[in-house]
Amino acid sequence: MDNTNSWFRNKIMLGMTPKEYIKSNLTLPNLIAALILCVSVPIMVYRILYGLGPSTNLSDNYPWGLWIGFDILVGIALAAPGLTLGTAVHLFGMEKYHPLVRPAILSSLLGYIFAVIALMFDLGRYYRIPYLLVWSWGFTSILFLIGWHFFLYINISIVEFSPVVFEWLNLKKWKDFFSKLTVWVTIFGVIIAAGHQSALGALYLAARAKLYPLWYSTLLPIFFLLSAIFAGIAMVIVESSLSHRFFANQVKGFDHAEFDQLTIGLGKAASSALLVYFLLKVFDLVRLENWIYLNTAYGYLYLVEVIGFVLAPAMMFLYAARNQNAKLVRFAGVLTVLGVILNRLDVSIVAFNWYLPSSEKYYPRWTEIMLTLGVITLLVLSYRFIVNRMAVLHEYEEPETESVTATDKKQAVNF
Amino acid sequence: MGIDRREFLKRTAAIAGVTLLGGSSIARAAEQKDFSKFFTNNTVNERDWKIWEERKDRHPLNGEPYGILVDTTFCIGCRRCEWACNNWNKNPNQPVEKFEASVNEKSSVFDEVRRTHAGSFTVVNRFEGKAHDSVYVKKQCMHCVDPACLNACFVDAFRKTPEGPVIYNPNVCIGCRYCMVSCPFGVPAYEYYSAFHPQITKCTMCYDRVVKGEMPACVEICPAGALTFGNRRELIKTAHQRIDDNPGRYTNHIYGEQEAGGTSWLYLSPVDFNQIGLRTNIGTTPVPDLTKGYLLGVKIFEMVSAWPLVFGAYYAVSKLREHRNEKHTGGPSDSEKKS
Repeated sequence: MDNTNSWFRNKIMLGMTPKEYIKSNLTLPNLIAALILCVSVPIMVYRILYGLGPSTNLSDNYPWGLWIGFDILVGIALAAPGLTLGTAVHLFGMEKYHPLVRPAILSSLLGYIFAVIALMFDLGRYYRIPYLLVWSWGFTSILFLIGWHFFLYINISIVEFSPVVFEWLNLKKWKDFFSKLTVWVTIFGVIIAAGHQSALGALYLAARAKLYPLWYSTLLPIFFLLSAIFAGIAMVIVESSLSHRFFANQVKGFDHAEFDQLTIGLGKAASSALLVYFLLKVFDLVRLENWIYLNTAYGYLYLVEVIGFVLAPAMMFLYAARNQNAKLVRFAGVLTVLGVILNRLDVSIVAFNWYLPSSEKYYPRWTEIMLTLGVITLLVLSYRFIVNRMAVLHEYEEPETESVTATDKKQAVNF
Repeated sequence: MGIDRREFLKRTAAIAGVTLLGGSSIARAAEQKDFSKFFTNNTVNERDWKIWEERKDRHPLNGEPYGILVDTTFCIGCRRCEWACNNWNKNPNQPVEKFEASVNEKSSVFDEVRRTHAGSFTVVNRFEGKAHDSVYVKKQCMHCVDPACLNACFVDAFRKTPEGPVIYNPNVCIGCRYCMVSCPFGVPAYEYYSAFHPQITKCTMCYDRVVKGEMPACVEICPAGALTFGNRRELIKTAHQRIDDNPGRYTNHIYGEQEAGGTSWLYLSPVDFNQIGLRTNIGTTPVPDLTKGYLLGVKIFEMVSAWPLVFGAYYAVSKLREHRNEKHTGGPSDSEKKS
């Protein structure tokens, strides 16, 4: 066997022979992923060949549907773990959360990349996206700010994550160089992330006449930023508990009690962000005298969103912190994430064009849902691919000899 | 071989697509007799943009921006303006008699409130006015004084011309459709059925005619005197005059004088404007002003907050280094540090 082949085997196939590798991949989750992609990939091709008209339910009244409302607005809010944990650890020096930083940065990086990939299907002329950066600048547009910030933030995340990749490639010099940049890149990242998370809300400042009054406010950018912060923390809670379950082999010497402590600490942080958000929402309701709208169908939806998915999880986090109940923290984390999803879809779809008759309202076509599901599947597969190969969930160990690491991994991983 | 295969794949996908995906929406639109939303490849945007490029350095306008006054009390619902618009802008069209006939048809296009689409830049709708009279209202781009679409565009594809029309450059548009989201009047339409070269379409206020000293096609054809083309400021005066001279005929408001900061198209109505499909909760603030404060705020935040964060980070880094040095060299003990 030649050299390149053995590198490929060690790094990509986890030290297995092709046969073993394929065999190890014949699992139920992979089968489900394959089934989803069998439907989604043809839809992507169909969208490219035939345009948005035949492949979506978008209309002249609803220029933005699920692909913006979910893939971008929800996707970017839920991709905030890198922002929240990166800041906590690298800027505020909360070293005890260090084990959670790498997965957080990875999920941000992948979240942004796949959000932009999904966006390409929504843009009418995706192939012109470089125009935004080099050719034609719309300085007055909120979307211009967002476009540039996405571009910058993806680069920031790449630099933040690059030490992990260089470790994997055994390029120590490169790793050391990029590790030194971490703090500076994190600061830049905080500024940029705060800028575009709030800008996503500011997009709807222009739609004052179209958004149901309960959701419209000059504070929209602040609401979006704050909810991105607790979404980021809640995602760390949810993701870390999922990955500690599904990648148990990756976290050697895993201390359950310590992990629960971290989870509870995150819950406390999330509860304070949630409470600030809730108080601002109440303040806004009173300030704009919007309570007259509460006794409508939209009002009930608003109440479900603000009480059921903001106040309730905030209380659960507090209660759980008092009683050291990590399970409840995880449940509240899931609730918080669902609340952010609900909020973004309310703003972008449900409360948007509320005055139109129901026959002209937008609901996603199945093809839109499947394409979104396909993109999420690709994201999960990429996440798993990287976590199984690089030192994301565990501390990096200097390789002693190649054969040792190879057999180690072979035993450890049941891919 | 390669071409054959591609062609084959395309056809297979087309058959699968039409039966599985496309079928229902085409059928739905066919029922509604509205094919204009499937129209693609209009060239008027490109033509107008070329004219603008040629004229922009010459600043040729002597005088003030134009406007159009719609007096809905005169409109008879003949829809000739729709015909003339389609005719001038090369949109899908029918014989003008068919448009004229719909007023008297029992079930006609007036049965539902229509909006503009990719292949129709203007539509006339029917509403109930005073004492069961019909009020016919033409709808098209309002050509705002301070346009929301222009402000929203992230590749700067819109221009407010000194003559008044708001025009669009399809050659830089990426197709994000944020202009459609931000337009308070819900006007811009999109060529959803163009897979590779979709563009935004809307009324151009016949920029190509106006620059030659002609009036827009719809105004020229109007047989009822419902449309008046002229200097916007003068038209506002005219409209006020009409309200004053004819007590009871009009509701005392000129729609478009203040709405969204003012528009080139102005409306007079016998009844309240929200009864005739013109939304009255738009406010008088130009839409761009709704986002300006935020943009300024972000810029200040990004410039001002950057400094404390940088110094904070510097502090964090030096502390970390200290911490590491302590670890490596054994470092000073806690008691030493305190003293």
